[in-house]
Amino acid sequence: MSPIVIADKVGQTYSISRGAFRPTADLKAVQEASFEVSAGETLAIVGESGCGKSTLARMLTMIETPTSGTLTIDGIDVATAGAAELKRLRSTVQIVFQNPYGSLNPRQKVGAIIEEPLKINTDLSAAERRAKAEKLLAEVGLRPEHYNRYPHMFSGGQRQRIAVARAIALEPKILVLDEPVSALDVSIQAQILNLLADLQERLGLTYIFISHDLSVVRHVADRVMVMYLGRPIEIAPVETLYTDPQHPYTRALLAATPAARPGQRGERAKLVGELPSPFNPPKGCAFNPRCPFADERTRTERPTLKRHGKTMVACFAVEEGRLPPPSPREHAEA
Amino acid sequence: MSLLSIRNLSVTFRTASGPFKAVDGVDISVEPGEVLGIVGESGSGKSVAMLGLMGLLPPTATVTADEIAFQGRDLRGLSRRERRKIIGKDMAMIFQEPIASLNPCFTVGQQIGETLREHLGLDKAARRERTLELLRKVGIPEPERRMRAFPHQLSGGMSQRVMIAMAIACEPKLLIADEPTTALDVTIQAQILDLLLDLQRERGMAMILITHDMGVIAETANRVVVQYAGTQVERQQVVDLFDEPRHPYTAALLAAMPERARGGRLPTIPGVVPGQGDRPTGCLFNPRCPKADERCRTVQPPRQPRELGEALCHYPLGADPRRPEDIPPGFGPDGLAGFEGGARPSDITPDMRGAAR
Repeated sequence: MSPIVIADKVGQTYSISRGAFRPTADLKAVQEASFEVSAGETLAIVGESGCGKSTLARMLTMIETPTSGTLTIDGIDVATAGAAELKRLRSTVQIVFQNPYGSLNPRQKVGAIIEEPLKINTDLSAAERRAKAEKLLAEVGLRPEHYNRYPHMFSGGQRQRIAVARAIALEPKILVLDEPVSALDVSIQAQILNLLADLQERLGLTYIFISHDLSVVRHVADRVMVMYLGRPIEIAPVETLYTDPQHPYTRALLAATPAARPGQRGERAKLVGELPSPFNPPKGCAFNPRCPFADERTRTERPTLKRHGKTMVACFAVEEGRLPPPSPREHAEA
Repeated sequence: MSLLSIRNLSVTFRTASGPFKAVDGVDISVEPGEVLGIVGESGSGKSVAMLGLMGLLPPTATVTADEIAFQGRDLRGLSRRERRKIIGKDMAMIFQEPIASLNPCFTVGQQIGETLREHLGLDKAARRERTLELLRKVGIPEPERRMRAFPHQLSGGMSQRVMIAMAIACEPKLLIADEPTTALDVTIQAQILDLLLDLQRERGMAMILITHDMGVIAETANRVVVQYAGTQVERQQVVDLFDEPRHPYTAALLAAMPERARGGRLPTIPGVVPGQGDRPTGCLFNPRCPKADERCRTVQPPRQPRELGEALCHYPLGADPRRPEDIPPGFGPDGLAGFEGGARPSDITPDMRGAAR
């Protein structure tokens, strides 16, 4: 299937003011991100806070244009597209945010929230919009009488359903899901994940699922991209990533994820230290100060994504075959 | 003797629409050196119960209990001043939002020093020495420099380490950790959990760990209390709880974990936790329970015996489906797996769709 999103060395640099008399600093939030998303698949983007996954979401939804590289969505280059093309493209890509308490206007009724994209982007009459909004409410598992209520009358899970209804109102092809279930309780999280799976099947949506929760990702994704300090470091089909992780950071992330049963996990490959400052990233591989396999080359040269079996991975230790095989752990059999 | 023994603790809030019982009849006992996990969704009253114990609730809350004994000493009759001698010294607490729980106006060193001065009466030089030792203990690099740092200069993981340093400053016998890793990234979460468990083992400190994350429970706790809508619905050893949950709510919580699902749809729990206005009669879980019948809707469930996870349920999972009075003598709960009602967690149907209220 042809890719619906093609990112070629996409980057986003922010200029940060450091005070009145000092020059601005460049913060490279995302650098040289190259990946493709096929129509109808779910690509999960995984990483810890500060890895650039939300910046990537802002570029994919065209809230920001990349400062370098080319991003092609549905066959159109977002940097060179005209105003009319961009407008069409914007209704092709919609987003659901993490916090349903912050993403819905408390002064708007649910009906108005869901109708707003229709009002702006279509010529539907008020009656048609209302009919459509009620259909959308049913689609996400809410009832028509919820149309006239305010967001505060709903629980977190129901609010997230409203946010999903708004996102699919314009019949988009791509849905960017920015941590859609991290603010929800486990039982509610399962409801929303099931809803998203149903919608994808019914509407043929492409999902870009941003998350830090590897157990959720394993459940929803077809392919996974792991990011570290603004760069993708491993891209692999979901089963390969969990059974045969390559990059030492991916392995550490998997090892740090809590087990599903008591006494299941073996010795934890402890990751020391924290994410370095993005203002002053380490030379060479960005992961080298925390990596147990770092050597002279990783401290000076930067690895790029190379194919390794079904995986694309940016790591010299993998290239040179210095890495031990991944330790068997519960993820393999779970 | 238990380190901490609480019987029948209830917390009631005075609200504009009448009194609201957030915690109802909670019993907790903690042995020295034990890790007790309390798990539940938001609104289950797990934090409120512990805040009530620490005396940290607002004046609108009324805390009642038949017994609150710490090291055999009843805390209920103590004056605030007396209580403060114990709290922060022998019993300490850390919170979910490390950045919000540190005072932004004082340096890390000053804040840790305050505890040391208050409870141990150390002089300035001794405080400095001890603070450095504590920061080193919790794995903070360059402690001399970090001591002079303000909270906004620290990352979330570092702030939580500072909170832990403060909590263990007086070598407490009991540490209450309220969602200590919820706001942190997964690799940092692993570091903090390891640190807490190392400290707990090293000092024989008891710990109460409050969380909504079954995975964190699986890795840390010895014994688990499952809380739902202010009541304890199940109490079990951790391995037994995961192998054989007795309350339908526990079983559904475990089944809803994505890491335990095997492809396809996740089993869900329909509906939401009941709030102030919509508390059901009978069993509090009955509107969401797949096994609820007339009895569950009208009669408050009894506390089952220990071998049934002390479940608060009329029909605990894996038990004889008949009422106890109908069982002829000599017939136990074994060998009746085929009976209807003896459902195991794997039998929970995956199509319990989340219906909106």
